[in-house]
Amino acid sequence: MADDLRYSKDHEWVRVEDDGTAVIGVTDYAAEQLGDVVYVDLPEKDDEISAGTEMGEIESTKSVSDLFSPLDGTVLEINQAVVDAPELVNSSPFGEGWLIRVRVDTLPDDLMDAAAYTALTEG
Amino acid sequence: MVEQELRSTPLEAVHEELGASFTDFAGWRMPVRYGSDLAEHAAVRRSAGIFDLSHMGEIRLRGPQAADALDHALAGKMSAMSVGRAKYSVLLTEEGGVIDDVITYRLAEDHFLVIANASNAAVDLEELTARAQGFDVRVEDASADTALIAVQGPASEEILRRALLGADSAVEGLAAEDLTGMKNYRFTTASYRGQELLIARTGYTGEDGFELYVPHAQATALWEQLTAAGGEELTPCGLACRDTLRLEAGMPLYGNELGRDIAPAQTGMGRLAAVTSKQDFVGRAAVEAYDPTDRRILVGLTAEGRRAGRAGSAVRAADGTEIGHVSSGALSPTLGHPIAMAFVHPDHAETGTDVVIDVRGKDLPARIVDLPFYTRS
Repeated sequence: MADDLRYSKDHEWVRVEDDGTAVIGVTDYAAEQLGDVVYVDLPEKDDEISAGTEMGEIESTKSVSDLFSPLDGTVLEINQAVVDAPELVNSSPFGEGWLIRVRVDTLPDDLMDAAAYTALTEG
Repeated sequence: MVEQELRSTPLEAVHEELGASFTDFAGWRMPVRYGSDLAEHAAVRRSAGIFDLSHMGEIRLRGPQAADALDHALAGKMSAMSVGRAKYSVLLTEEGGVIDDVITYRLAEDHFLVIANASNAAVDLEELTARAQGFDVRVEDASADTALIAVQGPASEEILRRALLGADSAVEGLAAEDLTGMKNYRFTTASYRGQELLIARTGYTGEDGFELYVPHAQATALWEQLTAAGGEELTPCGLACRDTLRLEAGMPLYGNELGRDIAPAQTGMGRLAAVTSKQDFVGRAAVEAYDPTDRRILVGLTAEGRRAGRAGSAVRAADGTEIGHVSSGALSPTLGHPIAMAFVHPDHAETGTDVVIDVRGKDLPARIVDLPFYTRS
């Protein structure tokens, strides 16, 4: 669990970079719940995404889960490495397994800090 | 919905110690994986895996007319089976639907053990008890004190030899040739720590392997003895890989490929009903009257890429007509491409037919293939 990240109730994390862009991934808790991830379907560059709505899918051997956007923004970049090797979501959910980079104006109020997110997953 | 207390197997503490992730399966708290389900799947194909299947139901039938009672209750002819053998069969409704698929072991002329799916164990017991009325037989539920441990994979026999044949194995009445000479769908009994141990060469993975039944009190010792003997060659495996293993092997799963609204003939299991070799049995009239016209039948589908059709996905012909639906589907860990079992209209069921799977709104081109997808070499 990383302290410099914000978290959504749908188990995505958001990291705001120095240049103001936001990187989005799924948490280690989500990766653990999913099991081995075998496929990720991400939005495309320049797509508009909005908080709480479906932006893609993530599949494990056992199940298919919708990916929900944690914020409003415009997709600047997708992580081709995770598309090619979806197992990065399991091996490095906060690192190499990041999903997309987004241009964002303001973050939604309902994103949690690490303590609140930990409380949610342990509750 | 009322939150119900999950049942746990006698091996729960072992799974906790191994760091398992658990899932609610048919009211049981079961290990879904210990680490990576893909690694567990690969371990069974390459070497061996160990599974706790103690949630399965065990029902004993004992008495002079036990065989006759089972001939009446099940679709297959259990009376024709020799002692020491196992047989796969189905429990039918009067209408010819499947209540459960079961494996029956003949322990003695007058003693059978029926293995039920966890989700159906209670209804199987109820049906077998009702169907045994009028026969000289006792039907006993042995589920509450029977643990089931499966060891599956090419290294299984060697691991069992190491675990069970040593001087300090606490196993009595088991010779090396009982294991090495055991054919598929046969079993032997021995004594483990003074209690009955049933070892069967059966499984649900498409690999060689064994299923071992012991009373609850012996389960942890047996598990630990097997894992100690197996070492790096034996990987604890959860239910997630059990499902992908059986799917690759083209084996039906109750609730997906079998159910009360599916006739056995649709799943290619018409031969399980012994209509020519025995007299009356529950569901016989429906089996005989079965009309295959327009009844969807089970086929295999393969596709390219990584995105898999899942249970419920529609299957369409090349011209867009809906012809069926996927019953089970996954990205095959062994083959590396999507596989699925599907029920399709018989006019479109020929091997080699090109179809389209509707994967959540996106078309996935697929082709009908023969089952199974994977056969061990």
